[in-house]
Amino acid sequence: MTGLLGAALPVVPLVAGLLGLLLPPAPRGEGAARRAAIGLGVAGAAGALLVAVLLLVRVGDPVETSTTWIDLGGLRVTLGVRLDGVAALVAVAVAAVALAVQVYSVAYLRRGPHDDVDVDHRYPPYAAQISLFTAAMLLVVVSGDLILLLVGWEVMGLCSYLLIAHDRRLPEAPAAAMKAFLVTRVGDVGFLLGIALLGVSAGSFRIADVLAHDHSTGTLTAACLLLLAGVAGKSAQFPLHTWLPDAMAGPTPISALIHAATMVAAGVYAVTRLYPLFTRAPVALAVLGVLASITLLLGALAATAQDDLKRVLAWSTVSQLGYMTGALAVGAPAAALFHLLTHAAFKALLFLAAGAVIHAVGTTLLSRMGGLRRSMPVTFWCTLIGLGALAGVPPLSGFWSKDGVLAAAEAAALDGTGPAPTWVGWLVWLSGLLGVLLTAAYATRLLLRAFFGEPRLPLLHPHDPPAAMRWPVLLLAVPAALLGLAGFWPPFTDRLRGTAADVDLVHLAPAVLLPIVLLLVGAGLAWAGWRRDPAADPARALGPLRPVFARAFRLDDLQHTLVVRPTTALARVTRTGDEVGVDGLVEGVGRGASTLGAGLAVLHRAALPRATAAVLAGALLIGLAAALIGVSS
Amino acid sequence: MSVGQVLLVAVLVLPAVGAALVAVLPGERAARALGTAVAGLTLVGTALLVLGDHGWFGYGPAPAVQPWHEVDLPWVPGLDLRFHLGVDGISWPLVVLTALLTLLCCGYTVRRVPEGRGSGRALVALLLVVEVGILGTFLALDLVLFFVFFEVVLLPMYAIIAGWGGTGDDLPARDAARAAARKFALYTLFGSVLLLVGVFVVVAAAGTADIVALTGGAGLSRGTQLAAFALLGLAFAVKAPLWPLHTWLPDAHTQAPTVGSVILAGVLLKMGTYGLIRVAVGVAPEGARWAAPILGVLAVAAILVGSLVCLAQDDLKRLIAYSSVGHMGFVLLGVATLTATGIQAALIGNVAHGVITGLLFFLAGAVKDRAHTGALAELSGLRETAPRLAGLLGFAAVASLGLPGLAGFWGEAFAVVAAVERGGPLWTTLAVLAAVGGALTAAYFLRLLRRVTHGRPSPAVGRFTPALAGVELTAWVPLVLLALAVGLAPTLVLGYATGPVDALVGIVR
Repeated sequence: MTGLLGAALPVVPLVAGLLGLLLPPAPRGEGAARRAAIGLGVAGAAGALLVAVLLLVRVGDPVETSTTWIDLGGLRVTLGVRLDGVAALVAVAVAAVALAVQVYSVAYLRRGPHDDVDVDHRYPPYAAQISLFTAAMLLVVVSGDLILLLVGWEVMGLCSYLLIAHDRRLPEAPAAAMKAFLVTRVGDVGFLLGIALLGVSAGSFRIADVLAHDHSTGTLTAACLLLLAGVAGKSAQFPLHTWLPDAMAGPTPISALIHAATMVAAGVYAVTRLYPLFTRAPVALAVLGVLASITLLLGALAATAQDDLKRVLAWSTVSQLGYMTGALAVGAPAAALFHLLTHAAFKALLFLAAGAVIHAVGTTLLSRMGGLRRSMPVTFWCTLIGLGALAGVPPLSGFWSKDGVLAAAEAAALDGTGPAPTWVGWLVWLSGLLGVLLTAAYATRLLLRAFFGEPRLPLLHPHDPPAAMRWPVLLLAVPAALLGLAGFWPPFTDRLRGTAADVDLVHLAPAVLLPIVLLLVGAGLAWAGWRRDPAADPARALGPLRPVFARAFRLDDLQHTLVVRPTTALARVTRTGDEVGVDGLVEGVGRGASTLGAGLAVLHRAALPRATAAVLAGALLIGLAAALIGVSS
Repeated sequence: MSVGQVLLVAVLVLPAVGAALVAVLPGERAARALGTAVAGLTLVGTALLVLGDHGWFGYGPAPAVQPWHEVDLPWVPGLDLRFHLGVDGISWPLVVLTALLTLLCCGYTVRRVPEGRGSGRALVALLLVVEVGILGTFLALDLVLFFVFFEVVLLPMYAIIAGWGGTGDDLPARDAARAAARKFALYTLFGSVLLLVGVFVVVAAAGTADIVALTGGAGLSRGTQLAAFALLGLAFAVKAPLWPLHTWLPDAHTQAPTVGSVILAGVLLKMGTYGLIRVAVGVAPEGARWAAPILGVLAVAAILVGSLVCLAQDDLKRLIAYSSVGHMGFVLLGVATLTATGIQAALIGNVAHGVITGLLFFLAGAVKDRAHTGALAELSGLRETAPRLAGLLGFAAVASLGLPGLAGFWGEAFAVVAAVERGGPLWTTLAVLAAVGGALTAAYFLRLLRRVTHGRPSPAVGRFTPALAGVELTAWVPLVLLALAVGLAPTLVLGYATGPVDALVGIVR
């Protein structure tokens, strides 16, 4: 029964998505197709949420079902689910965020008063793609086989591509979509090779078989490092993080979906799924720790200087993902998952609230907002909760989960408890602490710039969003505020910890004061900067570093110079070489044969006397040869 | 004769007789419809071949090729040539694919004939003759018969490209089509000469042309096997095509009419890979072992070169044509590993490429027919004016770039897995490079979609209407469904392949 529920989890939204794709793609006006698409989308997400909650209630010991999908020369690929408390919890988060996004989109993608006359939102494919996206993520969550996981993994990449390119009025959207798919796909080269190594070594791609098999150390280290490439792509870790900020070209609800529950969560989740392998490959964990620290600080520094509301949030996601992978690197997968869940709640809340702001003021630039506190009170309070949780203000959710990560890193640094070397613990801990300060600073800046001070667009009369947008935001504010307290609730912690029952999720130790102090310092710095001149950006204090941070250390340009341009140049050279070199040789042989033939034809075109002479000479030669051979034999 | 034997002969006789009838019957439309009906009957016949006993006797001394149904009649007794046909788990999926694509192409031709060119019914008749040749190649169990069928395909295909190919009906277009057809015919004839020599090297040394008896080496000396594999391998490498013997393909595919491209890419190339697996590897296993590293290196070179050329390509049909070079590279890499995983990956990769690239050529043809150009620079904004066509093009491109869950994934991913399985520095490097080729494949298909479907509609695309014709949907929907079905249930293709593939791998070891 539990296995059946697990299988139903991705199937419900999948069916909704596939049916939705059959609807006419571009109905004129608000027709029946739009209503059907809304119905299918919401029903698919709600159904998935129902199944996930049932599963969460029922799940106890890990359940595993599998049948052979295909046997390729002795390598068994199975079709089955692997369910445990973690899978059920993440599934609930995914389905809940998906439902919120489906409901929110109904109002967000409606023809508004600012829109052109012939805006056509193409709602049916949009809602169907969200359903497919949800199904793919849920498949990753429940999958009991690495190949099946890869199916969900890549379909998710495709759906993100489709949805980021959804807005046809944005010229940058297609490029951003392509970048998202390609960068993650480059990471997936490693992911596929890692899966291949593990599967070949174990003779099966079933996760249980792969975990149970005794791999050689070399294979294990190589496979884990290769898997990390895919994880870095999906979970936006340095150096494959570049797609995530650009993905802001997608509609805001899609940003919420990608940043909170799907896509970026998949990488972290996949590592926890295979964590027993990683604990036996400390080199891979050390690499992960380094990447995590760089990602954490890079994201936080970049977030301090962005002027685009959505890009601040995007970089904050990059930074928070660094906390999760950092927790994985210091041997605390439960802390990583806890932060993943709280992050899902508060980041979905922040994006949906940001969508309400963008909807109301018609711009994403912080420099054109301000003073929205009075005109949009609901949005303001919800954003406040979200930013508080993001920065780690007690007792909001992010405080507890981030503290869990920091405590694990501290233990790994001071007591050497992690599976990776001690220096990894130090690295993650120190960068995590610095990250707290930076997070508080950019969260405060965002709040002050958008909601406080004087309105910078005085002609506008912003207002709180309509009900379909307001309720998802309000409901998400509840877990964003309170989910951290679940860390004290045994049924929750038991499910999250799985087999490692001796780890504490929340820590009330004197060390907890350190991040709180850093939080106050960071928030105070931003506040002081704003206080001196409420009209100016507190980021001006960064001085010459500000443009560097705003462009995220120009890593995009670096990627363009080192990868994109050489590849296109190589492609042009290869094309020329293939057409002129290889094909030229073939054509040359053909022309050579024709020329030779023409030459011989000229030789044969002779007048009668010469032709007769030639025939006689030939006859003479043959006669001579016959005579000679006859004599010699 | 048993039912199976009747079916085996029927699937060859039906299209042959049908072609003759289509050519002589009066009435243009009726003849085309008749041809389509014949193709439909042939498809039913090929599908029915699966019925019967599939017992696999893997233990003890058993032949490595165990056909489900077999016809073995004397043909030219004086030369000891036999008319020997059979079908098994390796050939059956390709046989059905051939019949399906021919049916779809004939059905498409009932309504759509390239303008200003030869009559539609001549095109249908030629398609049926091509079908006879391809089906015969997949069914033949006698080397000489195999060669004969292999050659039957050549001239009708030449006529299809030369007669109905090119863009528009002005003189330069016709000349370009003729030149491409000539190049195709001459280049593959060159391969055929090698095939003929190879066949007679084997027949002269072994004293028989029976593939069943020959599979496993049949006591051929090492030198003979190396020579035979070199000749046969080269011949099939031209057909497949393997880099650097591929340059006939872009011209032929680009110039051919839509149905010609579909048949060329969908099944004609598979004669090369099928021949490599069944004839070259089966008859000269020692030669295969010797040549495997070379084959693997060239296959990976094909993947990388093919995808890089696609990345710099500026014509829609030519891009899809070059993508075949890369995809067949994955298939050949699977064969080159000589592992059960690799050969199964090659088999499913073959079928998947046939389905997906067939669909891509249909769609490219539809775009080109509407826009009267295939230049990527003149195509953009397809999703604005024809969202369904854009959606289908997107689906086909995504299937072709190997999205897991669709047909293209299994062949490509498991060719890489097989190379990893083979182990060692060479094969591991090849696996890594092939996987990188997979990422490049994604890059050029996304570039294609960005150019063609996104952005503002170009003047050429602005004329499009959103509707799709019924005949187009009828031709495309089966391929869309098949790409999905094979992706979700690879057993459809590989269900009966385990026994024959294990036997084949057994003789190579």
